[in-house]
Amino acid sequence: MAGRSFAQWGNDLYTGRRSYPIVPNRNRWFGVVGLLSVASILILGLQGLNLGIDFRGGSEFTVSGVSTTDQDIAVQAVQSVVPEDEPRVTTVGTDSVRVQTAQLTNEQTDQVQQALADAYGVDVATSVGSAYIGPTWGEGVAMRALWGVIVFVAVVAVFMALYFRAWRMSVAAIIALIADLLISAGVYAAVGWEVTPSTIIGFLTILGYSLYDKVVVFDKVRENTTAILEQGRSTYAERANLAVNQTLVRSINTGVVALLPVAGILFVGGFLLGAGTLRDISLSLFVGIAVGTASSIYLATPLEVWLREKEPKIAAHTKKVLESRAGLTADGAQDAVLAAAAAGAAQLVPGHHLGTAAQPKRRR
Amino acid sequence: MATPTRRSRPVRTIVLLAILTILLPFGALLAGVNFDARSSDNPDGASLAPGLALDLQGGTQIILEPVTTDGSEITPEALDEAINVIRQRIDSSGVSEAEIAQQGEGNIVVGIPGEVDDETIALISKAAQMKFRPVLTYGAGTPTADPNASADPNASADPNAEATAAPSADATATPEPSASPSAVEEAPVVATDPSDLAQITAAVQAEYDALDCTNPENLKGGGGDDPAKVLVTCSEDGSLKYILGPVEVDGTDLTNASSGLRVGQNGVVTNTWAVNLEFNSEGTKAFRTTTERLQSLESPRNQFAITLDGLVLSAPSLDPGVIITDGRAEISGSFTRDSAATLANQLSFGSLPLTFDVHSQEQISATLGSEQLERGLVAGLIGLLLVVVYSLFQYRTLGLLTVSSLVIAGLMTYVSIALLSWGMGYRLSLPGVAGIIVAIGFTADSFIVYFERIRDELRDGRTLRVAVERGWDRARRTVLAAKAVNLISAVVLYYLAVGGVQGFAFTLGLTTIIDVAVVFWFTHPVMELISKVPFFRDGHAASGLSPERLRTSTGPRYVGAGRVATAAPAQDAPVEAEEQPEPVLAGIAPQSAPDGRRMTIAERRAAERRAQAAQADADENEEKH
Repeated sequence: MAGRSFAQWGNDLYTGRRSYPIVPNRNRWFGVVGLLSVASILILGLQGLNLGIDFRGGSEFTVSGVSTTDQDIAVQAVQSVVPEDEPRVTTVGTDSVRVQTAQLTNEQTDQVQQALADAYGVDVATSVGSAYIGPTWGEGVAMRALWGVIVFVAVVAVFMALYFRAWRMSVAAIIALIADLLISAGVYAAVGWEVTPSTIIGFLTILGYSLYDKVVVFDKVRENTTAILEQGRSTYAERANLAVNQTLVRSINTGVVALLPVAGILFVGGFLLGAGTLRDISLSLFVGIAVGTASSIYLATPLEVWLREKEPKIAAHTKKVLESRAGLTADGAQDAVLAAAAAGAAQLVPGHHLGTAAQPKRRR
Repeated sequence: MATPTRRSRPVRTIVLLAILTILLPFGALLAGVNFDARSSDNPDGASLAPGLALDLQGGTQIILEPVTTDGSEITPEALDEAINVIRQRIDSSGVSEAEIAQQGEGNIVVGIPGEVDDETIALISKAAQMKFRPVLTYGAGTPTADPNASADPNASADPNAEATAAPSADATATPEPSASPSAVEEAPVVATDPSDLAQITAAVQAEYDALDCTNPENLKGGGGDDPAKVLVTCSEDGSLKYILGPVEVDGTDLTNASSGLRVGQNGVVTNTWAVNLEFNSEGTKAFRTTTERLQSLESPRNQFAITLDGLVLSAPSLDPGVIITDGRAEISGSFTRDSAATLANQLSFGSLPLTFDVHSQEQISATLGSEQLERGLVAGLIGLLLVVVYSLFQYRTLGLLTVSSLVIAGLMTYVSIALLSWGMGYRLSLPGVAGIIVAIGFTADSFIVYFERIRDELRDGRTLRVAVERGWDRARRTVLAAKAVNLISAVVLYYLAVGGVQGFAFTLGLTTIIDVAVVFWFTHPVMELISKVPFFRDGHAASGLSPERLRTSTGPRYVGAGRVATAAPAQDAPVEAEEQPEPVLAGIAPQSAPDGRRMTIAERRAAERRAQAAQADADENEEKH
């Protein structure tokens, strides 16, 4: 019966019979997001992102097919060639070892390769791979990615402002997006995994997903508030709150469906199978999608309402509705009517002429 | 809304989708596999399996950044030519299936499958050097039959050897001092000018005779030739071999090379293509001395060779009587439009003082990549299975539509990628795979938005047919707006970002387009069709569209024709509902007829009249007392 009650819950949310006061409680959500953002900034500032070799530059050796993944062997092998170096050794999968060192000369590289092969008792030609990565490369990617982000956000902001015909909506979406990225980066820093180009790709996807989700939710808000000024029953905030409640089922379903494959890659692929490249991207995606979906509901919409209520027309309308409601209460109107209006259940859209085609036709 | 203005033909749409987006591309792919199959010597051919990028196939990726030594700007044409030169260097070194592409603004990515030694990297990253050298002699590009031919020219039966030996013997008549091979290496040859045949020592002659230009090993070029010495080399295509004198004009002295129709002597444009060269002042001076000297010489010594990377690009001869004094030369001959443009490009590239910095060099082992892909696919499949379970749980039988739409989208993605890897050399990389897996969520969201809209309409008490129609109208707008955001992100990232981000953006954009196509041409038409099937239309409990599950269990609901239905009270009414006020229609509170049906206005008025009459009677009775 779980399915039935979920559907029932969806019905109640749609009709406004059950309503979560997301928009009215906005200060609480702003506080939560503020706290998380400050925590993220602190983590990023104090601990920092664990930048991978791609961003710092250096040499990386991969020893595969080893019988033991003891990390001390690799440290000793590297230090026998470059005594002052403090290599970072990571186990990849079950039988390969990744050794990262500072930048080495070709000669040193060959020696380290040989030393590693000897230490692990594997063949140097087939089992020990080496890579040189210049630090400027990572910087180049990061700079290009940053430019891509700036241009992309600007283009999408213009698109949203045009589509919704309200620049405040795109401002709210962009602010929520920045919070999403900040919190995702904070979580990533807290986990302490290495930041690789895959992570960056993951963050770029979050950007796309987060905005995508906000467009879907805002579209419902737009739909619910189209004729808001032409009626005096409910305020903008109430209509927006109804919209968030009505899209709650969609948001949950989409969030779950988007998270499932990523969770599969993260938990099954990353932890059980040891897929390194996919681990980075899937963690950033997992956190990002979860945060993005939640922020569309708890941050973006309340923020949007807060901004929109500063719009003179909407502010005047809200005031008018609240006054007339106060008047009704004074006149002793039924509480039920008022509550229903506030929940937005009685959704009234003024009728209009549908054209002669909609008129009954004479039979021939 | 009651009468749709446009008749929708769901079956036709689905059939069109099947033909246009699945059968046609798949047929094209099959045809490609039959007629242009991918093999080791045709790496760009078609195959049912999409091409895999180096990260999944293994190899070495080298990123080169062209650097000018004089700070001048690198034009896109020069970069293209640089890529060609690198490709030539790699291909001739025996490595096939190398990927060489421009990346970002000016980087060149070289991906070579397999292992690469330091020599190859040095070869690839070396500067391309163009030089102008006088031709001493040339011949067919095959080795002379007898390696000793040079020691005894008369003993050679090979006509080539005769031809090559002849000028050296006749023209200068002084090759004798170098006849002893042992002395050649050390003895400095005192040449009177760069065209002096005395430079062809016995050692040079031996090298020349042994040179086989049909061997790709000798066509990799690579420059590194000493500009002050004689050069024995092949033409670029391997058909001819040359002995060239020392460098007379450096390629960097060439300021411009362009191709165009030849202008005749009286200023009339002729119908033949030519390549025009312009030198700077230094080059003009040097070129003038060269042409002055060459003019007095016999063929083939009146030719000068243009070498790029040590290989002869072109070896034009001077027209009789022409001395180029103004630094503007013209090469004409049997050019086509394309070959003239190619030569001009090659010349402009060679004139650039360009070297390559190795930006990064990374060995990607194949096993690691394929392992990662396998694990990624397994994990993705598990995730996909969970998606199927979840949508069946949420949408019951309707979930099957989600699943089949996802399958169709997956099929289209697969065929597109296979076609693109054939048509434009697209190769699936690991970030690309990640992009596709993430796209599952995006694609499924379109269906979720659509289904939720239909349910919303059903909750308003509409019939399924109308609900589908209206729900589609509203969902379409949302889906398009949201997908537009996705497409913008894909396009912007594709053009602005680099490397793996590009592969990711490409798959994201591709899946977005496919997603929209599937929703419009498959999911919606199928939804229209099944809305006529009784199982769904009548809202069977397992259809995911049952009115009982979707309608408010309490409260009145307007059902049209002035009637409002009051549903049966819910058995499992939520606890919070008790605290929530009942939604009440504005206006007069509904008055129910004895049978529970809401009264019509006439009935209500009649009831009011009856009530008034009853009240009046009661009042009268009271008064009587």
